[in-house]
Amino acid sequence: MEQEKILSIENLVIKFKLRGQTLTAIRDISLDLYKGESLAIVGESGSGKSVLVKSIMGLLDKNGYIDSGQIIFDGHDLSKFKTEADWLKVRGKKIAMVTQDPMTSLNPLKTIGKQIEESVILHQGLKGKDAYEKTLQLLRDVGIHEVERRYGQYPHEFSGGMRQRIVIAIAVACNPQILICDEPTTALDVTIQAQILQLLTNLQEKYLLTTIYITHDLGVVAKVADRIAVMYAGDIIEVGQTNEVFFNAKHPYTWALISSLPQLGIKGQELYSIKGTPPNLFKEIKGDAFAPRNQYALKIDFVERPPFFKVSDTHYARTWLLDPKAPQVSPPEVLLAFFKGEGQ
Amino acid sequence: MSKTSREKLIEIKNIDIIFGTGKKQFKAVDNVSFDIYKGETFGLVGESGSGKTTIGRAIMRLNSVANGEILFHGKPINGRITKEWDREITQKIQMIFQDPGASLNERAKVDYIVSEGLINNKKYSSEQERIEKVKKALMEVGLLPEFASRFPHEFSGGQRQRIGIARALVMEPEFIVADEPISALDVSIRAQVLNLLSNLQEDRDLTYLFIAHDLSIVRFITNRTAVIYKGRIVELGETEKLFNNPLHPYTQALLTAVPEPNPIKERQKKLQVYDPSVHQYEMDPPEFVEIEEGHFVLANKEEQEQYKAVLVGKGV
Repeated sequence: MEQEKILSIENLVIKFKLRGQTLTAIRDISLDLYKGESLAIVGESGSGKSVLVKSIMGLLDKNGYIDSGQIIFDGHDLSKFKTEADWLKVRGKKIAMVTQDPMTSLNPLKTIGKQIEESVILHQGLKGKDAYEKTLQLLRDVGIHEVERRYGQYPHEFSGGMRQRIVIAIAVACNPQILICDEPTTALDVTIQAQILQLLTNLQEKYLLTTIYITHDLGVVAKVADRIAVMYAGDIIEVGQTNEVFFNAKHPYTWALISSLPQLGIKGQELYSIKGTPPNLFKEIKGDAFAPRNQYALKIDFVERPPFFKVSDTHYARTWLLDPKAPQVSPPEVLLAFFKGEGQ
Repeated sequence: MSKTSREKLIEIKNIDIIFGTGKKQFKAVDNVSFDIYKGETFGLVGESGSGKTTIGRAIMRLNSVANGEILFHGKPINGRITKEWDREITQKIQMIFQDPGASLNERAKVDYIVSEGLINNKKYSSEQERIEKVKKALMEVGLLPEFASRFPHEFSGGQRQRIGIARALVMEPEFIVADEPISALDVSIRAQVLNLLSNLQEDRDLTYLFIAHDLSIVRFITNRTAVIYKGRIVELGETEKLFNNPLHPYTQALLTAVPEPNPIKERQKKLQVYDPSVHQYEMDPPEFVEIEEGHFVLANKEEQEQYKAVLVGKGV
């Protein structure tokens, strides 16, 4: 299937200056985003998933900077953008974002109608009655009832799930090409989460959006993603289509991540757990960052960073285990059962 | 589980918990009853605002109970109780909190954090004994004794949660209320802490009340589970039974809402939404009844018949 690239990240390195030290948050990442797909970036906190998308939106903290590499979008290299004026052409207009916490991303002093309308006026150039009508339409699109009455209400009059719907309406109001959802449902209850994910999927179809989900919840990923990129310590270690990454994972970190899910555990027995903690990003990482926690680590893992080995046309993994010279290693037992039992 | 006895450690009898006074009263917990047996892990699940934490806090005696009573070893722990009993409860019932970032005193060293309970209850005879106890508790949760001289900010989230667990353990409790103990932790750390909790349970014969909203974890770790909705328990039963045969529509909706980490199953799943108006409770008010052995559900007469028919149909 020939797909059109909408965004292309090439050899991106992002660093932060912190108390006189330099921290490397993103270590030489390349990633393509295809038009109309939904890509999930999975990783633990500190893996760099949020930093990566913030760099696409030009929202890096002041002490963070792009050290090298490119972000190609719409014929421009976003990594070269310096001024706020440059970014305003992209941010909101072409790439919009839904953040984690709907309590803090809305203005408590403005009615929600005005907040959505602001976006409509600014990005779609509508005025007066047209803008009002469009706002009501958006409210309906995100599943809010009695829109005329709701238009004049303040954020505190809405529940968490409803507030997240409004944040989504604001993001969609800009008619963006790419919608970034940064942990869109972690602050919500499961029943509400299911509804919001459904809403996002519907909107993606309706507005022909390309979406990036950032999450650590593999359940959410299974529900919404076409493709998955797994991040560890600032690097993408495995990328592939959802079924490939779930049922034919190749990197030991992905194995560990899936194996430690309680759904795969057997009651009364130890749950598979990853020993140790993620590496310190202030220090230079040699070889495969996961090697010290990896029971399958080879000698070379501590010396040289593995390249992306091709598993299929869409599936790549950064582990020396895929090298033709590497010993044959099979994934943990629990995982094999998972691969086999559900993999068809 | 065969290991768990039928000895009731905690009995909760028809408790109501009310916040506010006068016209602004809000009933957070409405006529809730359940027992927790010695040695088991009892799960309490529900959405935010359902009252699950409030019940946990009532057992800790942090929220007062308006009606009903809570018994520990068959003796009431709320209302008028003797000083010795009060002290004993304080020591025997401990809590592990949700957010290890917020629940540790930032200005105190680990040594003090872990031994604060000992100091308050004078549970040691010499300084030497106190230090020994702290050391032992830290080692038990997989930390090094040297960590006692450090401050909380020097630790990662998982380590902090271990400190929170050590603080509970040092009191030699019988019963621990664990309120969302792993929801603030990263996926790879969650499994470590879950394993730690199960190992401690075995070694020390602990009983847990495990409060959570993540059903996959509840299913893995608990023996019995109660589902709570708007201050009332709607269903209670052995965890596997409950997950395999949910009767109450809210339990069913909750179970379908949890995303499963399996793209094939997840995409075939049909989402169920709970609509409280399916119940006709005006004429026929619901009761919390035992529909089959050990399986309780909130239902009126008509629904009880339906649920029984379902169970017969499934050949249970």
